[in-house]
Amino acid sequence: MTAPAGAPDRADRAPDGAPDRAGTASRLAGPGLAIAVAAILFALLDASGQSFWQGLVINLAIFIILVVALNLSSGFTGVFSLGHIGFMALGAYTSAILTLPLREKGDYLPNLPDWLAGVHLDNQVGPIPVGFLVATLIAGILVAAIAWLVGRVLMRLSGHFVAVATLGFLVIVRVVLFNADSFTRGSRTFSNVAPYTNLWWAGAWALLAVYVVWRLKRSPYGREMLAQREDRVAAQSVGIRVMEPRLLAFVVGAFFSAVAGALYAHFITSFSPTVFYFDLTFRVITMLVIGGMGSVSGSLIGAVAITFLAEGLRRIEDTTLLYGLSQIILAVIFLFIITFRREGLLGQREVPLDRLFAPGWRQRLPWARSAVGSDGSPPHQSR
Amino acid sequence: MGDYFLQQVVNALSAGSLYALMAVGLAMVFGILRLINFAHGDLMMIAAYLAAFSLGAGLPLAVAIPIMVAGTVLVALLMERIAYRPIRGAPDVAMLLSSFAVGQILQNGTLLTTRIAGKPQQIAFPSPEGLGGVATIGTITVQQVNIISFVAGTVLLGLLTVFVTRTRLGLSMRAAAEDLVAAQLMGIKVNRVVATAFAIGGALAAVAGLLFAVQAGQINPYIGFTPVLKAFIAAVIGGFGSIAGAVLGGYVLGFLEVLATALTGIGDLLPPGSVPDPVREFLQHWLPSSLASYRDAFVFVALILVLLVRPQGILGRRDREESL
Repeated sequence: MTAPAGAPDRADRAPDGAPDRAGTASRLAGPGLAIAVAAILFALLDASGQSFWQGLVINLAIFIILVVALNLSSGFTGVFSLGHIGFMALGAYTSAILTLPLREKGDYLPNLPDWLAGVHLDNQVGPIPVGFLVATLIAGILVAAIAWLVGRVLMRLSGHFVAVATLGFLVIVRVVLFNADSFTRGSRTFSNVAPYTNLWWAGAWALLAVYVVWRLKRSPYGREMLAQREDRVAAQSVGIRVMEPRLLAFVVGAFFSAVAGALYAHFITSFSPTVFYFDLTFRVITMLVIGGMGSVSGSLIGAVAITFLAEGLRRIEDTTLLYGLSQIILAVIFLFIITFRREGLLGQREVPLDRLFAPGWRQRLPWARSAVGSDGSPPHQSR
Repeated sequence: MGDYFLQQVVNALSAGSLYALMAVGLAMVFGILRLINFAHGDLMMIAAYLAAFSLGAGLPLAVAIPIMVAGTVLVALLMERIAYRPIRGAPDVAMLLSSFAVGQILQNGTLLTTRIAGKPQQIAFPSPEGLGGVATIGTITVQQVNIISFVAGTVLLGLLTVFVTRTRLGLSMRAAAEDLVAAQLMGIKVNRVVATAFAIGGALAAVAGLLFAVQAGQINPYIGFTPVLKAFIAAVIGGFGSIAGAVLGGYVLGFLEVLATALTGIGDLLPPGSVPDPVREFLQHWLPSSLASYRDAFVFVALILVLLVRPQGILGRRDREESL
């Protein structure tokens, strides 16, 4: 989606408030161009009828949403969550139940409570499945509310204890999904989900997720998140809040994870609770860590790299029948990254897409580091 | 009713022993390195497979157990050397995530090995002589393996206590857990201490793995995941990083689980006339037996509560609380 090339942004953490002389128009040029290119590529791919590549790109878009959501919740705040796939699962089931047509609902989920049994968000306005959009939003908001409740409790913890507590949340979600037969069919496969998810839905939601997280990072909230992550005590001592930014990150991340779940449900069309567990969690974490915790563009790079790598490895597995090999290779790559380049490819830096075409971009390149910034700001320090 | 009660106590002690055996390994490593080693559960899984293959090859239990323990200890030492030593001192989360990667490698490595060996993913565990079967004590009948779990747990944990309190290496280990850098400055060979912790943890996990496999009757590459989570909960309940706390937490968790299972459906179980009808109806309504399948969820809710209310655990020290 974003251009992979470009220099890491060192002006990233410059204080807010100084108006960028580049002006709005040129600041929008980079993202605008990226969106236009993505849209044209999507249209071409949509027209080409290459269902394999279409599926891969939809998959990629879903993973991009998951990774930037996790990055927001974990990378920015340092409160590492292993429970986001639980949010995704809840989103997937919510949307799948809500969109089920009325005539199938009675046979398929006979024990639904009355208030839910009558709901069928399968209406279309022209070619647009409005019901699906509404169901996705409901799923997102419902899960965000759950995340708010859970987060109010869990955000008080930090370090690896919050990681394990959120892992506990993932297990709780799994147990509930397995046992709430009348809603989820328990361990049986939930199929007959309408295949609403296409390139455009997945792409648009991915774009929105990236945009929201990107903007959040540069907002006062984002700076609070990063500040309390770097040094909680120092941040608190100058009046920076800890709980609020953490909770905001957790809730927004949960919302987008649920959206990703809804997209996934209507893409894969049949699934069971086993999908939403540790393997998927680990895959998303790998993407996050490879790209760099705290970097939105890093998340995109991580998602692209691992999606394509995993697909390639899956094909090797299918021909050699050596199942498990791809997971081993991914885990080894993960260990190498953690051992030799712990901050990931980009660390907290960003590919400065929004300033790529702004005047003076040459001065912002890393090898022009000694130059004074075009807006008269002092030279940016490297880490 | 009395028999039912005794039966549940035996179940609780047996489950508690397994959790304690696992939790001690986690706690020792955590105490020294501040690493939550989630691959610890996979050591248990490896042990179960080693035992299954040895027993399947017709070896007697007396040979199979040493093979199993030696193999598991070797894997534990290798994972420390290859994966954890290079990142010693890294941020907590980085080490935690590494342990997940190690777990993935062990699980999928086992999957791959069984596939190459032409075995299915899930195999039946060949229940060895002397471990399977039932025993009758007084009026109650219990699984023999439950008794053995309790005995083995008590004996091994007793030996561990002797080791930690009475030997030089055990003393070094406690010193390293107190302050790794200071211990190193005092001339304690930290690498050796860490390796010892991993080796002991691996050996205990191996025994737990064998007992678990006998109880479950079936094994697959993913059996380690839930036990290591439970062991972690046990360690947190008891006070993370403390060996005694881990043992205590293991038994507390065992009793809590059995209690949760026994309480669900209690309304149907109480003999007629022993409680007034409204009480029975209340119990039947609010604690139906169908809740029993939610047991694991309750356990994790308990974990989250402990982390919030008393993060240092039962035996933990207040000054260690900054570790949260």
